Amino acid sequence: MQTFAYERPATLAEAVALLEAHGPDARVLAGGTDLVIRLRDGSARPRVVIDVKRIAELSPTIREHEGIVTIGATTVMTDLADSKLVRRLFEALAEAAAVVGSVQIRNRATLAGNICNASPAADTAPPLLVYGAVVVATGPQGTRRIPISEFFVRSGVTTLERSELVVAVELPVPTSRTGAAHLRRTRRRGHDLASVTVCCSVDANGVTRLSYGSVGPRPVLTVDETGVLADPTAADAAKAPILERMFADASPSKRSMRASPEYRLAMLRVLGSRAVRTAIERLASDAPVEE
Amino acid sequence: METRSINIVVNGRGRALEVAVHHTLLDVLRDDLELTGTKECCLVGECGACTVVVDGRIVDSCLMLAVEADGAEILTVEGLAQDGQLSPLQQAFLDKGAVQCGFCTPGQLMAAQALLDGNADPSVAEIQEGLAGNLCRCGCYFQITEAVLSAAEGGHR
Repeated sequence: MQTFAYERPATLAEAVALLEAHGPDARVLAGGTDLVIRLRDGSARPRVVIDVKRIAELSPTIREHEGIVTIGATTVMTDLADSKLVRRLFEALAEAAAVVGSVQIRNRATLAGNICNASPAADTAPPLLVYGAVVVATGPQGTRRIPISEFFVRSGVTTLERSELVVAVELPVPTSRTGAAHLRRTRRRGHDLASVTVCCSVDANGVTRLSYGSVGPRPVLTVDETGVLADPTAADAAKAPILERMFADASPSKRSMRASPEYRLAMLRVLGSRAVRTAIERLASDAPVEE
Repeated sequence: METRSINIVVNGRGRALEVAVHHTLLDVLRDDLELTGTKECCLVGECGACTVVVDGRIVDSCLMLAVEADGAEILTVEGLAQDGQLSPLQQAFLDKGAVQCGFCTPGQLMAAQALLDGNADPSVAEIQEGLAGNLCRCGCYFQITEAVLSAAEGGHR
């Protein structure tokens, strides 16, 4: 592997100072499940690798305070998937975390890494969009909160400034009863990247939030407030045109090797309808996943 | 080349090492500590041949820098047998013919052991999910699943 310098700051301030000092020559190392591969194949050539896993402010904690659940940046997928709090309040996020990579990957891959890597296929992105997550980022200018819907630009690119670091992800606790589901399509069962990811939530007020990824440069969030999609008694014929409008932003790449654009669009419709149905069922049963 | 001192415990034995910061845990286990049971294969976290247990959790050691392991407790395949006796899981792999070429076996064993440590009586589906990050080119998946089932609590199936 190429050589580089390694820094392991203990505080957020130290980490931000390092990022500021090294600019484009620095790369942040969290779980390393993407970065170490890129360091080895040479597609990333930083002079300095900044390991953020020993920074107290980024610690892998999940806590609820005054209607907001805060997930520390270095929280790994295994802990997200196993968290009783996440499973109870943000079921679809737990579902998404549980299907990332393999056990080995889930034990290392972090939530912040998943979003900062900004892969269109990032499994946690659709649920974070559906649940209205906010990214807490700290830089030389201080801390700001970026709605996740304004975070992703395209693969590998976010609206994060170069010297900013993701500290945590905040999720507002839903104020009305909500049912949600995350679904994905992969080429094989087990360890694979998704060809299509979909997340849907419906709430007791009839609002449906539908998000999808891996069918364009960035994951997309759409919202239906007509109440038709969330209505368990509405006919499929009434729902179809609404879903079609929601899928209008899908523009899968012709160059991806995982699946053709035609296949992805066809599967997006299948998974989208299925996610809406599952979300409605879960809202009706109001049965949280078993803990 | 930058180096750094780290302290790790490998298979119960404390080690103070000076490691190159761009070397992975896999590099250090194999080249510095000569624990060559852990295998290098895909180097992208797909195959699981390099699986070791770090602080109770399995990881692909090809995707973890050795410096990241500073302070950690590591278990490799060399740490499974005790006093020259194969572990029950290792014995089950032999008994069920779960080893053909053997290259993926160390990783399979570590993933299976971690699964059993967290779930004494896993179902077939749970075994398949627990070992989804470990590929076997010989296609011994059926025998591997049988071995894990037989090493599981009860072990009567």
